[in-house]
Amino acid sequence: MTDTWIDRARADVARDPRTLTRLFALAPRRAGRGPHDPQGDPHGVVRGTAEDDARAALVVALVRGVDGTGSDTGDATAARLRELYDRGDTGERRGVLRGLDALEAAGGVPGGSPLARTGVELAHDAHRANDPSLVAAAVGRFGGRHLDQHTWRHTVLKLVFLGVPLDAVAGLTDRLDDETVRMASDFAAERRAAGRPVPDDVDRILHPLDPGRPAPTAPTPSTAE
Amino acid sequence: MRIFDPHIHMTSRTTDDYERMYAAGVRAVVEPAFWLGQPRTSVASFCDYFDSLVGWERFRAEQFGIRHHATIALNPKEANDPRCRDVLDEVPRYLLKDGVVAVGEVGYDSMTPAEDEAFAAQLQMAREAELPVLVHTPHRDKLNGTRRTLDVVRESGIDPSRVLVDHLNETTVAMVRDAGAWAGFSIYPDTKMDPHRMVALLHEYGTERMIVNSAADWGRSDPLRTARTGEEMLAAGFTDHDVDRVLWRNPVAFYGTSGNLVLDPVPGFVPGEVPAPAEFEGSSVLRGARV
Repeated sequence: MTDTWIDRARADVARDPRTLTRLFALAPRRAGRGPHDPQGDPHGVVRGTAEDDARAALVVALVRGVDGTGSDTGDATAARLRELYDRGDTGERRGVLRGLDALEAAGGVPGGSPLARTGVELAHDAHRANDPSLVAAAVGRFGGRHLDQHTWRHTVLKLVFLGVPLDAVAGLTDRLDDETVRMASDFAAERRAAGRPVPDDVDRILHPLDPGRPAPTAPTPSTAE
Repeated sequence: MRIFDPHIHMTSRTTDDYERMYAAGVRAVVEPAFWLGQPRTSVASFCDYFDSLVGWERFRAEQFGIRHHATIALNPKEANDPRCRDVLDEVPRYLLKDGVVAVGEVGYDSMTPAEDEAFAAQLQMAREAELPVLVHTPHRDKLNGTRRTLDVVRESGIDPSRVLVDHLNETTVAMVRDAGAWAGFSIYPDTKMDPHRMVALLHEYGTERMIVNSAADWGRSDPLRTARTGEEMLAAGFTDHDVDRVLWRNPVAFYGTSGNLVLDPVPGFVPGEVPAPAEFEGSSVLRGARV
């Protein structure tokens, strides 16, 4: 039974990808908006929003078809998502990135495909944004799998700076390395030197297996390079 | 006093302004696309500006508990620059965006043929997008410009009840009301209109289809002139209900026809607290549960 707005919209996108631009813009007005956890995550940075889910569903319909069996990760799809992102407002940009996350959850985007390459470029753009919801969307499931290590580290640290809980980072402990620990440690020392509080989540980088331990008061010697 | 400022250029304002506005009762604003003081020289710089109106500025406003909406258009002043005119091809896609509640500011600056053309074209875009229209009236030759504005609106076939004609004064208010359009007043420190004169107009014409804004921008202006007008209304014997109509219900009724207003409180906003993208307590709970 396809009678909700999002069902009809997914069918439209699968049938005619040109409808995506308009439906993407309308998604919050038609399918609902707002954070899933208004108390703990009021901007939906960590646990997402209703409009993110609707837009992600449209991206999945574009790539995998309405029944989820296809997998069109070629140049045309990549170009369409790039245009959607480049011409999108903040919510639409986040929607594209969350769509890529949803594709990872639904079988994955093949590494090296045009869609994966474009997705990485969009994640780089989001990493440079000032809006925490975009920065966080750069290191969701898609970024966790495809983003280069240098950008991934900087994005994680930027989230700490912005005060975003690191629950926003998909597979945080899997990708932590010595250099990320070194960067977080320096950051903690800088904060202490300034007499400013160190965000709790720094501990999750410094002591991923024992986040209760306090951050060191001085920079640890660099262990990388 | 709850305030909806239906015309304010927040891109040009500071975070102090946002804090003072919230404290004064401002909970929602509309930021019309307009001239930035320095002329633009390309379509791309317009697109970046429009993107910031529907992106960064909305985020910034919400950090201070204020719902931000935008109107999009090629303004009349820059419609005269051939390097900018092609932005008309870009406007329709912005009219679709979430939080875009009208076409505007359109209208006249110097009343040139290029302005005629941009104005008429964008009135048709408003019809197609089913959006209301915010019309700027010129600083120079205002009476004549307002008359011509109303002629163009009539010729376009657009329903005048979906048109807000702004920056009015004692000499232009009657013709706009007679045409069936909404009358907008920009309350400034010393030009356009002041709270005292505004209250006199409200006494004379009533509160129906009357809209008050601060039009605060990069010039000498004050984002709290809406609140000052409300106070002056109360001092002159208007009721709280009257003030609420002028400062909230009227602009909500006008822009609400877009179907694109969001007026519920910003989730997670706590007045007086430093805005945070997400609360650490939320994270701690999760972390505690996992360990």
